[in-house]
Amino acid sequence: MSNHGSEYQELPVESYTSGESKTKVLNKNKVRRARAIGVILLILAGVVMFILAPAAEGNATFGLSFPDDRFQLDALSVPSTGSLYILALVLGFLGGTQFLKGFQSKSTMILGISFALFVVAVMIWATAGQEFSLISMLVSTIARCTPIALGALSGILCERAGVVNIGIEGMLLGGAFTGVVMGSLVGGWVGLISATIVGGMLALLLAFLAINFRVDQIIIGVVINILVLGLTSFLTAQVLVKRPEWNDAPIFPAIKIPILGDIPILGPMFFDQTILVYGMFGLVVFTTYMLFRSRWGLRTRSVGENPKAADSLGISVAKTRYLAVIYGGMVGGFAGAWFTLGTVGRFDEGMTGGRGFIGLAAMIFGAWNPIGAFGAALIFGFSDSLQQKLALINTPIPTEFLSMTPYLVTIIVVAGLVGRARPPAADGQPFEKQ
Amino acid sequence: MNKNLTAEEKNELVNPKDRGFTQRLATATDWRTALLIPALAVLTALIIGVVIIMVTGSSFSDAMEAYKALLQGSVGSLRAISETLTAATPLILSGLSVALAFRAGLFNIGGEGQALIGGMFAVWVGFSITGLPIYVHLPLAVLAGIVGGAIYGFIPGILKAKTGAHEVITTIMLNYIALRLVDYFLKTSIFQREGRNDPVSKNVEATAELPAFLSSVDPALRVHAGLFVALAAAFFIYWLLFRTTIGFEFRAVGANPSAARYAGISVTRVYILVMMIAGALAGTAGAGQVLGVLGRATPGFTADLGFDGIAVALLGRSNPWGVVAAAILFGGLRAGGQQMQVSANVGIDLIAVIQGLIIMFVAAPALIAAIYRLKTPVASTQISKGWAS
Repeated sequence: MSNHGSEYQELPVESYTSGESKTKVLNKNKVRRARAIGVILLILAGVVMFILAPAAEGNATFGLSFPDDRFQLDALSVPSTGSLYILALVLGFLGGTQFLKGFQSKSTMILGISFALFVVAVMIWATAGQEFSLISMLVSTIARCTPIALGALSGILCERAGVVNIGIEGMLLGGAFTGVVMGSLVGGWVGLISATIVGGMLALLLAFLAINFRVDQIIIGVVINILVLGLTSFLTAQVLVKRPEWNDAPIFPAIKIPILGDIPILGPMFFDQTILVYGMFGLVVFTTYMLFRSRWGLRTRSVGENPKAADSLGISVAKTRYLAVIYGGMVGGFAGAWFTLGTVGRFDEGMTGGRGFIGLAAMIFGAWNPIGAFGAALIFGFSDSLQQKLALINTPIPTEFLSMTPYLVTIIVVAGLVGRARPPAADGQPFEKQ
Repeated sequence: MNKNLTAEEKNELVNPKDRGFTQRLATATDWRTALLIPALAVLTALIIGVVIIMVTGSSFSDAMEAYKALLQGSVGSLRAISETLTAATPLILSGLSVALAFRAGLFNIGGEGQALIGGMFAVWVGFSITGLPIYVHLPLAVLAGIVGGAIYGFIPGILKAKTGAHEVITTIMLNYIALRLVDYFLKTSIFQREGRNDPVSKNVEATAELPAFLSSVDPALRVHAGLFVALAAAFFIYWLLFRTTIGFEFRAVGANPSAARYAGISVTRVYILVMMIAGALAGTAGAGQVLGVLGRATPGFTADLGFDGIAVALLGRSNPWGVVAAAILFGGLRAGGQQMQVSANVGIDLIAVIQGLIIMFVAAPALIAAIYRLKTPVASTQISKGWAS
């Protein structure tokens, strides 16, 4: 956001809802935003200072290695009260400076750093006097970010081509269900491939209705979600309950990469994971390359930005959109397999629990860029696994509130507190060849 | 973002027929679009339902047996009709909630959460206040539901108006948050019934219950006074939308927010107000459930009525009276679905599939026209304008 000077100040704030705020930035709005961020940081500092720090006692111990790791790291033990007061002072300093002077263009970064510090404070407070396996939380962060990152990738592929995909949740659920049934009947790999195909077929329905019939894309997405949730629940109750052997798939084992897997902390996080996690890394890198470095990617993006121009250059808008949407759906189905083949090996009704929508938020947060979306998915994966692990040790926070965190983070993200990016210009708009 | 608006405006200029979903809904007077397409949509969905039943290993006659149970359970007896109307009551309200938002160009998927919060407010007023006569206590409890829903609808409204956060994502997230809030509060001493360890609220006082007005005929007839509240709400929304300046502003924003803004309508205010009224309607639906049917709150007591509201609003073409008709149809599907599950052993989740198919066919009339070779010119529905609007 650039500073456009003060000549816009007389205009009523009223007329700057959502859209316009980007093009006609008000100085006043900017100051107000800086103040707001400053106040938020000061509140965080106050929470750490007056609520968390007095309540913490003893040392907080964080485990950094698994017992069977080749290189053992000593557990990190910090005095809880002292470190909390230090964190409160740092937060207070950042908040005060932001409130009075503002960090200008760096204020978003400062906000991010402050949130991270606050999360550290909460972790220290929650583990005070106890031991907390940080390493297992980090490993599960990567695992839990997998379906979210892939869901976001699925959304990016569709939306870069100009088709809004709200049906990611349904694609995940469809993939999870197919994965477990085919995985139980034939084997894990067949399950994974079938899940990918089912995701592609759901995307075909989206593409068919959106491109050929110009149906509202948000409605199709909602329909896909409702249909898949209903159908998988129906089939679970009707078939899987009677045949439990169809709902008992082998789980993909974690594959440790030699040498790299022995690196402390990073090894277990990145190099000792299942094939689904490696697949996610591969797909993120591959899709980034394809979208931004290949002819196909240029065409796909052009169709999403300005289909008329693309059409006049001889690119088939419909064909390009079909391809991108089906690719996106296959990524979604692959992601769905994670829920069953990557974790528990059995299907439960509605087990995706909104991860598809969180993926959408990661897509927006990541500015429709695969790498950015992966970064956002890491944050969601972190909050997801943090609430899971904190629920295990006895924290004073009720588990219901802990499990709200991923959803709250999503709202904060889409509300643009952390900065907003521009969606593809023709996103969600049907194209009719003249 | 500006680019996006101009693209829309251009589209409007180039292709004036493509006026957007809400606009065309308001002008859909042709009986074919108003009745034939929904009827064929329901029929097609039911036919596909047969295929799904048969895929799970049942024979064709089993499927017919299931549909017979569906019919019997929905209109086969006085008791069945009462069950249909009982199920239709919250659907009218949640359908109106989605329909009103549609008219203003918003997609309220948050009916579920709004109904949960509204229901919790209502149940709290219902059990915590004692000694009031029914004509004071009951309206107070319903009002609490309205307020609770409105508060929960206000959140996505203000987020949309002030930050542009898309209501589809925020309302879905708020649904999940509401579910967990209910789980939490049902275990606190304020709500939890004495001597119970599971999350269940105290019982609503008799003076806050919506009376089952046919129970003198047969105590099994559960249909309750909430039905009249819902019908009154339908009348109110009709009046609000088509007979008041505020309603005109809502529809103007729904048709074209930038044009409405240039005409001096405060889009910010409309977004917030619409989401609050939509939330209030869904909150009333939740209140009706706890005060009229359940008498208490349990985790997830709304049982997807917020999502069914989407189907109802689409099938009713966002017209308040259409919503009432669609809600009665879906109420019948729900009531009959129970019967189907019990006597034909076909899971009630099939009803969700049928509803999803109905939405799809109603949203894509061209698909229906293609299947049945109709000659009516039909365009597909458009309500969304991507993430930017």
